[in-house]
Amino acid sequence: MRIVVLLKAVPVVGNEKLVDGWRVDRSAGLEANGNDEYVLEAALKLVEAHGGEVVTLTMGPHPALEAIRKALAMGAARAVQIVDDALAGSDALATGRVLAAALAHLEYELVLAGADTSDGQGGVVGAAIATRLGLPYLSYAASIEPDPAAGIVRVRRISPTGYDVLEARLPALIAGTQLLGEPRYPSLRGIMQARSKEIATWTLRDLGIDPASVGPAASQTVVQEATPPPQRAGATVVREAPDVAVERIVAFLVSRRLI
Amino acid sequence: MAGAVWAIGEIVEGAPTRLTRELATLARQLGEAAALPVAAVLVGPDAAAAGALLAEHGPDVLAVEVDPGGRPTAAVIAERVAALVRERAPAFLLVGASNDGKDVAGILQGLLDWGVLVNGAGVRWSDRGPQVEMSVFGGRLVTQSTFAADRGIVIVRPSAVTAETAPAAGQVERVVVDPAIELAPVRVVDRVAEASAAVPIEEASVIVAGGRGVGGPEGFAVVRELADALGGVVGATRAVVDAGWIGYAHQIGQTGKSVKPQLYVAAGISGAIQHKVGMQTSGTIVAINRDPDAPIAEFADMMVVGDLFEILPRLTAAVRARRG
Ligand SMILES: Cc1cc2nc3c(=O)[nH]c(=O)nc-3n(C[C@H](O)[C@H](O)[C@H](O)COP(=O)(O)OP(=O)(O)OC[C@H]3O[C@@H](n4cnc5c(N)ncnc54)[C@H](O)[C@@H]3O)c2cc1C
Repeated sequence: MRIVVLLKAVPVVGNEKLVDGWRVDRSAGLEANGNDEYVLEAALKLVEAHGGEVVTLTMGPHPALEAIRKALAMGAARAVQIVDDALAGSDALATGRVLAAALAHLEYELVLAGADTSDGQGGVVGAAIATRLGLPYLSYAASIEPDPAAGIVRVRRISPTGYDVLEARLPALIAGTQLLGEPRYPSLRGIMQARSKEIATWTLRDLGIDPASVGPAASQTVVQEATPPPQRAGATVVREAPDVAVERIVAFLVSRRLI
Repeated sequence: MAGAVWAIGEIVEGAPTRLTRELATLARQLGEAAALPVAAVLVGPDAAAAGALLAEHGPDVLAVEVDPGGRPTAAVIAERVAALVRERAPAFLLVGASNDGKDVAGILQGLLDWGVLVNGAGVRWSDRGPQVEMSVFGGRLVTQSTFAADRGIVIVRPSAVTAETAPAAGQVERVVVDPAIELAPVRVVDRVAEASAAVPIEEASVIVAGGRGVGGPEGFAVVRELADALGGVVGATRAVVDAGWIGYAHQIGQTGKSVKPQLYVAAGISGAIQHKVGMQTSGTIVAINRDPDAPIAEFADMMVVGDLFEILPRLTAAVRARRG
């Protein structure tokens, strides 16, 4: 099985450095998005079981390399990175277009993406890419079971009332969750091997995309203002014995009209 | 119906979801503020019946009936909504921030090339169209965003507005659409119900969450009892979900759900950043932890230093006693 994993490098959660008020500094300190590492792990397990290779696809500037190298050290065979100055500040719409264009240059039976990213939190890019490429889209995956011989894949999808078992033809795009399993740590051997693995760099020109159709100028969404939320006053600390502590909690909840 | 605001709804077990009722209410409010027509769209085998319930919130409902077979997939919904959008040219679509809603929004973006504003915690009408409030970077900032063009898709979180019935109910119009583009099919082989999955955690106004401090699956009993007494639901950290003590549907945080209840009680939770980003915008945070230096002390409103097994049962009894 040939599997492409969409891997985004995101600012470390809680450590985002803000510039110009609300833009996040992506020039350093990026790591692989949490959900993307879960699907990468699932992809690696699938090729261990079925043969084939995992290729990661990243749209993101130079500092994304660290996250890409880690994915290679975990076991991905090679990586593609789309780097272009024009891409900074692109919205979800442009991101979906660019990744779909890049996928058109790759061969695969499965494309795996994280259910959402910790910085964007939209969870829409995977669906938009699948739609552009005419791929079946299976989301919120808790398990992925391909049957390459039959050309199909089954996914257990988290639903509002439990889970659904979905089936679609390959190739397909699947967005996965934490339930796919804990990502492995790169082994020392994996880290050594990663050094000689290929990281191909593609530009918008390689993909035939007009730079004017991406970036902030083409963005369909505009941030009008950004403000910090109201600050908390700091915690009232309660250290009394349980009976007194509970009286204090109740009084506090009553004072805030919560009970 | 040029320029209209549409609420794209979701039917679960024959009825519009609470979030769908909120979207219909929001569509009506925006329509009134902007003097624009509004409508709601429902796609499902029982769309007209569910539509009659949704119309109570004001908008006319476009009910698209599809073959029986339960809840349609996002692809089936989106390809019909896209066909209706092409036919009737609304300007703004409101979609719920549920799993199905986000899928529908993503597919619509791929089909229509419209911008999407995600995670809407509030939507107001402004001179630039809908202005969407969202919490970004794990609650560090609140942004107000609009669309660059006169169209767009807003993904709206639960409880952004309170669902209200309208003085005059809308009409239900049964519509037949021919999806111009057929998306790659996804077959539903089975739908499995799990009692623990149906926790409306994002809608709850009170959450009592347990972490590794509860010690094991049985330890959640005291958490559940307090949640019941407060009329709330049970939340959890990833550590206890990974340990198999409780289902993933309860997980709050970076790779779980984001919540904003009026009251969040954190019992035996250290307050790791990945947990914090999912709950720090809660109204009031009360933490119960043996360790006075646990990171949660930095963003709680009340930090109770003690053993949760001594505190929670007493607190449950006290809450029950007050409620009578
Ligand atoms: C990519 C990624 C994504 C993640 N996503 C999430 C997520 O979505 N949600 C999430 O929660 N975490 C997430 N995490 C995990 C997170 O980093 C923490 O490991 C987790 O939140 C810790 O859970 P905890 O607070 O239950 O456990 P611990 O950190 O072990 O804390 C237990 C606390 O209980 C206290 N305690 C123990 N016994 C008692 C007692 N009897 N009475 C009172 N207090 C007691 C201890 O003092 C301690 O503070 C993620 C991590 C990664 C890397």
